[in-house]
Amino acid sequence: MLKIIRQALLILLFLTVLTGVAYPLAVTGLAQILFPSQANGSLIEHDGKALGSSLIGQPFADPKYFWSRPSATTPFANNSTSSTGSNLGPTNSALTDAVKQRIDALHAADPGNDAPTPVDLVTASGSGLDPEISPAAAQYQLARVARVRGRTQADVAKLVAEATEGRQFGILGEPRVNVLRLNLLLDGKL
Amino acid sequence: MSTIQTSALDTRLLLPAIGDAFRKLSPRAQFRNPVMFVVFVCSILTTLLWLQALHGDGEAPAGFILGVALWLWFTLLFANFAEAIAEGRGKAQAASLRGARKDVVANKIPSLDRRDAITVGAAHDLRKDDLVIIKAGEFIPGDGEIVEGAATVDESAVTGESAPVIRESGGDRSSVTGGTRVLSDWIIVRITSNPGESFLDRMIAMVEGASRRKTPNEIALTILLAKFSLIFLLACATLLPYSLYAVKSAGHGEPVTITVLVALLVCLIPTTIGGLLSAIGIAGMDRMIQANVIAMSGRAVEAAGDVDVLLLDKTGTITLGNRQAVAFHAAPDVDDNALANAAQLASLADETPEGRSIVVLAKEKFGLREREVGGSGVVFVPFTAQTRMSGVDIGGQHIRKGALDAVKKYIESQGGQLPVAVVRVAEDIARKGGTPLVVAENEQALGVIELKDIVKGGIRERFAELRRMGIKTIMITGDNPLTAASIAAEAGVDDYLAEATPEAKLQLIRNIQAEGRLVAMCGDGTNDAPALAQADVAVAMNSGTQAAKEAGNMVDLDSNPTKLIEVVEIGKQLLITRGALTTFSIANDVAKYFAIIPAAFASTYPALNTLNIMHLATPQSAILSAVIFNALIIIFLIPLALKGVRYRAVGAGELLRRNLLVYGVTGLIVPFVGIKLIDMLLVALGLA
Amino acid sequence: MTANAWLQIGLYLAVLLLTVKPLGTYMAAVFSDAPNRVTRLGAPIERLLYRLCGVRADEDMSWKRYAVAMLVFNVLGLLAVYLLQRVQQWLPLNPQHFDAVSADSAMNTAISFATNTNWQGYGGESTMSYLTQMLGLAVQNFLSAATGIAVLIALIRGFVRKTTQGIGNFWVDMTRSTLYVLLPLSLVLALVLVAQGVPQNFKPYETVPLVQATTATETVKDADGNAQKDAAGKDVTKESQVTEQSLPLGPAASQIAIKQLGTNGGGYYNANSAHPYENPTPLSNFLEVLSILLLPAALCYTFGAMVGDRRQGWALLATMFVIFVPLLIGCALAEQAGNPALTGLNLDQNATVLQAGGNMEGKETRFGIVNSAIWATATTAASNGSVNATHDSFTPLGGLVPMWLIQLGEVIFGGVGSGLYGMLAFAVVAVFIAGLMVGRTPEYLGKKIEAYEMKMASLVVLIPCALVVVGTAIAVLAPAGVAGIANPGIHGFSEVLYALSSASNNNGSAFGGLSANTPFWNVLLGICMFLARFPLAIGMLAIAGSLAAKKHVPQSAGTLPTHTPLFVVLLASTVIVIGALTFLPALALGPIAEQLVAIGH
Repeated sequence: MLKIIRQALLILLFLTVLTGVAYPLAVTGLAQILFPSQANGSLIEHDGKALGSSLIGQPFADPKYFWSRPSATTPFANNSTSSTGSNLGPTNSALTDAVKQRIDALHAADPGNDAPTPVDLVTASGSGLDPEISPAAAQYQLARVARVRGRTQADVAKLVAEATEGRQFGILGEPRVNVLRLNLLLDGKL
Repeated sequence: MSTIQTSALDTRLLLPAIGDAFRKLSPRAQFRNPVMFVVFVCSILTTLLWLQALHGDGEAPAGFILGVALWLWFTLLFANFAEAIAEGRGKAQAASLRGARKDVVANKIPSLDRRDAITVGAAHDLRKDDLVIIKAGEFIPGDGEIVEGAATVDESAVTGESAPVIRESGGDRSSVTGGTRVLSDWIIVRITSNPGESFLDRMIAMVEGASRRKTPNEIALTILLAKFSLIFLLACATLLPYSLYAVKSAGHGEPVTITVLVALLVCLIPTTIGGLLSAIGIAGMDRMIQANVIAMSGRAVEAAGDVDVLLLDKTGTITLGNRQAVAFHAAPDVDDNALANAAQLASLADETPEGRSIVVLAKEKFGLREREVGGSGVVFVPFTAQTRMSGVDIGGQHIRKGALDAVKKYIESQGGQLPVAVVRVAEDIARKGGTPLVVAENEQALGVIELKDIVKGGIRERFAELRRMGIKTIMITGDNPLTAASIAAEAGVDDYLAEATPEAKLQLIRNIQAEGRLVAMCGDGTNDAPALAQADVAVAMNSGTQAAKEAGNMVDLDSNPTKLIEVVEIGKQLLITRGALTTFSIANDVAKYFAIIPAAFASTYPALNTLNIMHLATPQSAILSAVIFNALIIIFLIPLALKGVRYRAVGAGELLRRNLLVYGVTGLIVPFVGIKLIDMLLVALGLA
Repeated sequence: MTANAWLQIGLYLAVLLLTVKPLGTYMAAVFSDAPNRVTRLGAPIERLLYRLCGVRADEDMSWKRYAVAMLVFNVLGLLAVYLLQRVQQWLPLNPQHFDAVSADSAMNTAISFATNTNWQGYGGESTMSYLTQMLGLAVQNFLSAATGIAVLIALIRGFVRKTTQGIGNFWVDMTRSTLYVLLPLSLVLALVLVAQGVPQNFKPYETVPLVQATTATETVKDADGNAQKDAAGKDVTKESQVTEQSLPLGPAASQIAIKQLGTNGGGYYNANSAHPYENPTPLSNFLEVLSILLLPAALCYTFGAMVGDRRQGWALLATMFVIFVPLLIGCALAEQAGNPALTGLNLDQNATVLQAGGNMEGKETRFGIVNSAIWATATTAASNGSVNATHDSFTPLGGLVPMWLIQLGEVIFGGVGSGLYGMLAFAVVAVFIAGLMVGRTPEYLGKKIEAYEMKMASLVVLIPCALVVVGTAIAVLAPAGVAGIANPGIHGFSEVLYALSSASNNNGSAFGGLSANTPFWNVLLGICMFLARFPLAIGMLAIAGSLAAKKHVPQSAGTLPTHTPLFVVLLASTVIVIGALTFLPALALGPIAEQLVAIGH
């Protein structure tokens, strides 16, 4: 028994060194050499200043910006140190209420728009940090942003297209629009 | 052969079985079977709940609880009844056996030298190694070995076979069974068993089920059934807290009652197979008895189903006991007709099967009619050990037939010469496994009669069937390898052991077992005993020696070696019946869920009534219908349990597909129909 | 569903199938008793390791010794993780200065990671230091997976060997699993993930400005930590301006790679693979979800190769597919149909070229419906438990699928190693019933299945079922249990049932609304996770020992073939019947009732 315990301790120790130290260090070393930008958070940098991460969504509530998907993080939306979804059950009335509120908020910002709201724009994302919205959700907001900013819709549509990504390899995932990138483009910061 | 046939619904067995069903309600009897023990506890619980309801503070209407309680008790009674019926058939057999164990008189003698010093005693006082003398008309007082004398014995009391058999000292027919009767002559017998341990005693114990132990496979199945019961017990018991929570969070409805949970539990646990399990086992033993085979343990019956290799003695099993003439080979310059004629003449007085077959062959092939040859001048020469020939002298015609060397000597003594062609033919026949008989007239050799072992009709098909079942057959014979190979090929066995000695047999069995296979064999002689003891399934012929019977784990009362095949089928049938009913039982649960779940929770979540796809009238009738179906199905399946699922000799895959379809799929469908019908009946009776 | 959705499902299944043979063959070589090209490659490292640890590689262990070694090793690992969490505040690599983890949470997490469950009561980016993540959690990701593989390999040896006591050497099996299988695969996957955007560094969290400032709303707490109430009984809140975002970094990719490959599932971040740093692109998603089933699927082939009849392995894999594929499609259809409760609103839930549509609550835009459904079924079929969408917000039927897949006993792929040995326990049960129906004492792969194997297999099947139903009963009765429930009504019951199912089958995913980081839940789930792992492994090792000691029965026409479609159907039915019969009543009170109510109103 003692022999087994000793063997177990030693094996645990050596495998810990192997998998807990050598392995992550090796991955870090290789990653920093091969993919330095991605390995350090995919930051959007302009003039040496980090403006955000292209992967981490930010909250927007101003009509002049495209809005991100709702975020259920606390104590504020898109809190990147506390990622979470809403975890509201499908039949929970709180969910229905929240969706109604969001639809109303979108209406308040853009009273004339009676089109059905794209579902992703009024439902909270799984991470609370979703950096993207569907092209439909961008389309839905396009007229509002153009109007508030006093720009033509075609002008804004061009920027939307610039921030849009199709399916990877034409198959994987869904087409999507990066909201932070799009808003930075609108602000002329990129 | 007369077997004791008792149909499942024999009224003579029904009444005592009903009584036994109630007697078996004792907790001790129920505890042996985990599934039925759960039902037993549930029955008591619901009965108590009913009593509580009678006092006005019940969890449900007293009438409903009573209905459930009653049907739970019926479930138990039906299961007990099944077991009692199965046992009843054994008991009937035991009673007839016991009839044979009359308290007969034993004429004891002190030793073979003092056989006149008879002391008269009772049979039940006989001990091992006592010597007794039995004369014509007397009953044999106990099991034993004949040490002197020979007699015809009526063994019908044990075997059901009315034709008397010959028993004599020495050799393989020396054992006698207590309770049988000597018809002629006298014998001196050494008793081989003490009181209460005789063959008859053990047989009675076996068929009565008194010494029944659970077989390994039955134990494994019981574990599986216990596991299912435990899972369902937990799943049902925890429904109460779930339901309490559901009521609290939904804000309306009533928590599920204990009565409903108990009903659900009993419906879910595999009561069908649980209730019929022991009946199936007993019925399996009983089917052996009906085949006139007494199994010494349930384990042996079960092992029979697993047998991979059958060792079969050639003589008597694969071939008819005797050789028969199949062809005439005339010598050069001799007419075939002349040979046949001479051969027939030489055999007319030969009453041995071989002799008769020569006469018959001559008639069939050459239209030679059997003649009455008699009168003066005709002298039949019988076969003697010295001449090793037989024949006939008609006037100056001396016709002889016999083995090659014997006839050769005879011809040469007559001044003739055996042609080389005849010798070659004779040798050819011998090489192919036949027996050549050379026929000579005076100094001239006429030709050769070919005698051959005749393979039993239908045996080839039987072996093909066994092969499909995955069982390999090996023929055991004392013949030389050449002969053995030719017969093996003709009979279609997979392999053979030629020039078999008891040692070689034992070694063969050990080798096969070392490969991981199970071996079955039958035997009768004392020299078979070691092999019988080694084999996994060993059927001893009842006509065999005591040693053989002791070594085997089954005794065939008919002493028919082909019985082995039947034994294997009965073993398989036993397992299949268990498997089929287990599958049926589990498949039943699906329908029961659809009946009970909506009913149990309808007050909390009325939406669940969507699952009431049978449209059962009320929650109470739904639950009662399921419980009633669950009880009745046991009764309906008793005949199947007793008769056994039919075994078909097809490959394992095909068999599984068929049985899954029959028992799995009907197991899914039948309860939907049954529960709906019972529900409609309850509505019609105003009980819903 | 759209054509693209079918295409993505088809592509996933096809690529998975293509990996089975090469990877399975490779692993068969790794665990082969005879030296070969693969094992010769790492022989120097192996030899050095064994010498340093005083292990004799040629020692053939009896099943009992094997089990003791397995248990001792895992308990020591468990204690190490516990200690690390309790003292992390004094150790290096803690740039965010996280405090020690509470005793009950640390205990729960230690058991969780040592049992390959990776249930997470904590939020990774706000609780664990880099050192704890690396030396504790990531290491257990490797070792618990390696343990599962080792036990499976020992069981396979039980089938292969004849009349012997030994079933192999635990240290060697474990070391080889880590060295030859888990490490190389993780290394490759980690680098690809970094290329897709998963962070891998040792920097403190990066602060970036928000383009538009936002408002934080926090409840004011009194000295005891309770929320202060105003006169109307509402929580008093305090608002503040937020202008920055703190980006959580660290050695994420290396840990995420192994948590996917080792069916661990414990996320580096709280949102697990829904987090854009943990799973940034559709490609990273494809590779991560592929990794979930990669080893469990390939091990089926390894099994077939090692027992000398590849068809046996394919049959087991086919059984898994037969159950997995319809459930996957069912889940995707249910989610794509959208949330029935939202149909009355002016909302567009339809799939178009411009949006995925469907029930998007808790799902990420880049994954849409179909990738979330693939992940949800894969992660619960295997005992992975990582998520890329919140299962709690799935439609009732969509959520029923992952819950039921867990309840089937984590044998449809299941954990690395543990899934297949669990499936073999079901095979023992199926073979037993089938054997009876063909009239022979049942045998599987030439070994007779008798009362002892039946007892152990029954235990293995029974224990998780019992833990789920009894644990759920305790939780809904105890006020401390009910206190954690987030969603009202029927769905609340589903949350509890899901949590207990997940812990008692070592899955680790959750209906995340449940607040399970409380002493009650930590202890209850900790017990379930422990009992669901080690007694089962020991039971299977006992079967391995018993089988190894048996003779080998040669095949004949009377032997039930266990590689045919018929057997696949039978085995799948056995798994489904036991799973359905056990859990149908509970499911009727949860997702089934919820669905019926939702479409009824």
